[in-house]
Amino acid sequence: MNLLDVVIAIPLLGFVCLLLMPRSAEAAVRATALAFSLIAFLASLGLAVQYETIRPGYQFVTDIIWVTSPNIHYHVALDGLSLWLIILATLLTPICILVSWKSIQTRSKEFFAFLLLLEFGLVGVFAAQDLFLFYVFWEVSLVPMYFLIGIWGHERRIYAALKFFLYTFAASVLMLTAIIYVYNHAGTFNYPDILSQIASGKLAFNPSQQMLLFLAFFLAFAVKVPIFPLHTWLPDAHVEAPTAGSIMLASVMLKMGTYGLVRFCLPMFPGAARACAPWIVVLAIIGIVYGAAVAMVQPDMKKLVAYSSVSHLGFVVLGIFSFTQIGMDGAVYQMLNHGISTGALFVLVGFLYERRHSLAIADYGGVATVAPWLSTAFMITMLASIGLPTLNNFVGEFLVLQGSAQANFRWTVFASIGVILSACYMLWLYQRVFYGETPDEVRRHIFDLKPREWAAIVPLLAMMVWMGMYSQSFLPTVRRTTAHILEQTQMNVEIRVQAPAAPAVPTEVAHAH
Amino acid sequence: MPINFAPPSIDYIRFLPEIILILAGTLLMVLDVVLRKQSRGIYGHLSILAMLGAMAAAVLAYSSPGPAFSGLLIIDGFATFFRVLVIGVGILTVLSSYRFLQREGVDSGEYHALLLFSIAGQCVMVSANELIMVFIGLEISSIATYVLTGYLRDDKRANEAALKYFLLGSFATAFFLYGVAVVYGLTGTTSLPAIRAALTQGPAAPPVFIGVAVALMFVGLGFKVSGAPFQIWAPDVYQGAPSPISAFLSTGPKAAAFAIFLRIFMTAFEPIARDWYPLVWASALLSMTIGNFAALTQSNVKRLLGYSSIAHAGYVLVALAARSNVGTASAMFYLAAYALMNIGAFAVIAHLSGKGERFLSVDDFSGLGVTQPGTAALLSIFLLSLIGVPLTGGFFGKFYIFKAALSSHLVWLTVLGLLNSAVAAYYYLRILVAMYMREPSEAALEVEPLSPSLRAALIIPALGTLFLGIFPSWLLDFAGKSSVFVR
Repeated sequence: MNLLDVVIAIPLLGFVCLLLMPRSAEAAVRATALAFSLIAFLASLGLAVQYETIRPGYQFVTDIIWVTSPNIHYHVALDGLSLWLIILATLLTPICILVSWKSIQTRSKEFFAFLLLLEFGLVGVFAAQDLFLFYVFWEVSLVPMYFLIGIWGHERRIYAALKFFLYTFAASVLMLTAIIYVYNHAGTFNYPDILSQIASGKLAFNPSQQMLLFLAFFLAFAVKVPIFPLHTWLPDAHVEAPTAGSIMLASVMLKMGTYGLVRFCLPMFPGAARACAPWIVVLAIIGIVYGAAVAMVQPDMKKLVAYSSVSHLGFVVLGIFSFTQIGMDGAVYQMLNHGISTGALFVLVGFLYERRHSLAIADYGGVATVAPWLSTAFMITMLASIGLPTLNNFVGEFLVLQGSAQANFRWTVFASIGVILSACYMLWLYQRVFYGETPDEVRRHIFDLKPREWAAIVPLLAMMVWMGMYSQSFLPTVRRTTAHILEQTQMNVEIRVQAPAAPAVPTEVAHAH
Repeated sequence: MPINFAPPSIDYIRFLPEIILILAGTLLMVLDVVLRKQSRGIYGHLSILAMLGAMAAAVLAYSSPGPAFSGLLIIDGFATFFRVLVIGVGILTVLSSYRFLQREGVDSGEYHALLLFSIAGQCVMVSANELIMVFIGLEISSIATYVLTGYLRDDKRANEAALKYFLLGSFATAFFLYGVAVVYGLTGTTSLPAIRAALTQGPAAPPVFIGVAVALMFVGLGFKVSGAPFQIWAPDVYQGAPSPISAFLSTGPKAAAFAIFLRIFMTAFEPIARDWYPLVWASALLSMTIGNFAALTQSNVKRLLGYSSIAHAGYVLVALAARSNVGTASAMFYLAAYALMNIGAFAVIAHLSGKGERFLSVDDFSGLGVTQPGTAALLSIFLLSLIGVPLTGGFFGKFYIFKAALSSHLVWLTVLGLLNSAVAAYYYLRILVAMYMREPSEAALEVEPLSPSLRAALIIPALGTLFLGIFPSWLLDFAGKSSVFVR
């Protein structure tokens, strides 16, 4: 049992502990949940410390048999891609607990228990190296989020929760079909093993098989990301979810989709991925522009942030399917950035909602005069989200745009529109909420940050600056893994096209002569 | 050669579970006359005791596996698996009946006796290796269940359900019997291995007659497992029958019917599998689709679970369509997992519905998560398992079935089946929504505390569901070993 297993086990342990506690002991429940999430976070920091950047391959590997036939293993491991996403999940869970400290009054025991179960599922998804185990964690994370939205959400919560569950579930059963199909051909769920079988040519799918399998995986991930036009569940889920639900959903759960694309779709089905790339990029760019344009006209703050997520994740998808080293690095970095800055936006919007009990932008104005620190925090977060240099999103977006320019300059031109639009909707939001006349309602209800709220927002602000100023702390680990994945996609494609290409060689030689 | 009419004593050991069940059932009927009204509480204890004994006997019988009574019965792993399963279903049914019978004021020895007879019939069915024995077992089991369905004499709906079940059930049995007759006419035998041998030897009879025989038996068995297009009776019967009996009907007799379905089609008719599997394929798809889409709009939970049981029969038929040992094993696993989760779900319904089964709509579950969080949590486990969420038995069951189907190249059936399970998620979620996300209803406010027997009837299946979801190998290995029939 290594440190990674500990990080996976602690949230589950916390979940069980909370279930066993009496429901009347609300303060103790909150404290226990916070304690477990903080321990998990500290343990995950240990992962980052012990992780050896220069060593290739997986680290912290645990591989034990779970089910003998079919051969399913509890197989978890870390590489540069998983590492930071796991830390993102463990960082945001205590923040979510802090944010929900006061705002969750009913059935708080279940709330915090579900939050820890969600953390367990998310960490597991990013660590699993067995296709079956991955699917298990994938679905396990679905259930707590369904309850978080459905029980503690706003007015239309039931509709949103059902839509969220059914969309994701329907798409993921197709992925299950594909996983079983792969298993029946490869004889194993062990993911590194499947990749080496593909690399050695032992496991080969013909192009049409590869395309169908790719699409089955892709659809499950595309719903989760979400890629336009599969995004419609997202605004509903975000708006109706409680603050903690929105944070976990936007910051971590959406990354399950992009993570899946990088981890599974590209290395396993490189030919199909490359064949589909132009179409996917078009969808990504539509998502970038459409998300930003729709965000601009939202009268509701949470909906605005939700649509901005559609836009930002379009950049991630664009970076992934540019098939360039820089684009891929940028995409992974942007996953983390979006987790931090959108998480922070939802935290701050949650603070405003707790005070004023409204999400409508029109109900606010002049907040800066009554709550200067809150306004400052919002300002920094907003600027990060726009992509101001020295803050985190700038690095990611820049890398993605640079990578996509290497692949096709026109993509960059269209995608840049999204950057401009993001400045428009964010600045306009800030102007309407924080400047201008201060209505009486705002003056009466809104007050500045409290210590608990400081504790929730400061780590995120610090991360924005750190990731914007010194990306070298993170990028080398990421780059090593993405380079490996890119290499796999190229190598596998070559193997696939080698056979038909072989007879073409003599004619070229003849031309050269 | 002198013929020895007395079967060897080992045969009686192999037949011991049935003997215990029949004797206990008869004893209960006698006691019903002798005992005073006040001591009726012990009937349940007695029948549980008898079933525990029968279960032990079933395990004991497996220590010396082999045929009994000149090959009429065969005690193999497959038979033992289903014997333990149907007896286990019986125990859980009795546990969930205690409070129900008390509440409705209808506790009597005959209820338990009928239950024991039905289970004895199912035990005969699952261990039969010969068509006449199959038929006898089927009849013993069915006639008892017809009576149990109409057990609440004063309830109009129960009467209607019983009559419907009886009429349609008799038709189906007749179809099955016709099939047996045709098979006998063609092959001159009713023993499954002998039929198989006759069919393997080549076309002794015109193929059209074999087709007729298979089709007739398919109709009869299709009815018993509530597979489409013979599913019409299921929602009405499950809605009308007393809740514990609905739980029983949808699990025990169904599992036994699937057992003979598997045994007949995978031994006797296995040589002509290529000809019958399109039939099963179509029936599987039809069952899943009709069951799930019809359940979407139901507001009565018993009826909803009735339709859902049609859909689940469809999933098991997918396993049969795979026509492989892996498929058989996956069907066995699924039936066990399904029995656990469905009995649990019906037990909650029996608990919540109140005197006279007044509260049966999905809305009546509203707020159960607040007023009785423990019960709601247990029901959530069953519902999540019925949806097929990982770490529950239902998930592994589905996974194994569709894995077997893909191995047999049934790609489209797999895709459509799994999409079906996404549709199904909607109506199970509706119950979860009501329990956790709505204000408490009258039913949830009035609900009485869980009685100890009902608590057991909920906790045992819940633990079983989670156990199968986390350590599936344990059961699957046994199923895999037992899925190879003696041919």
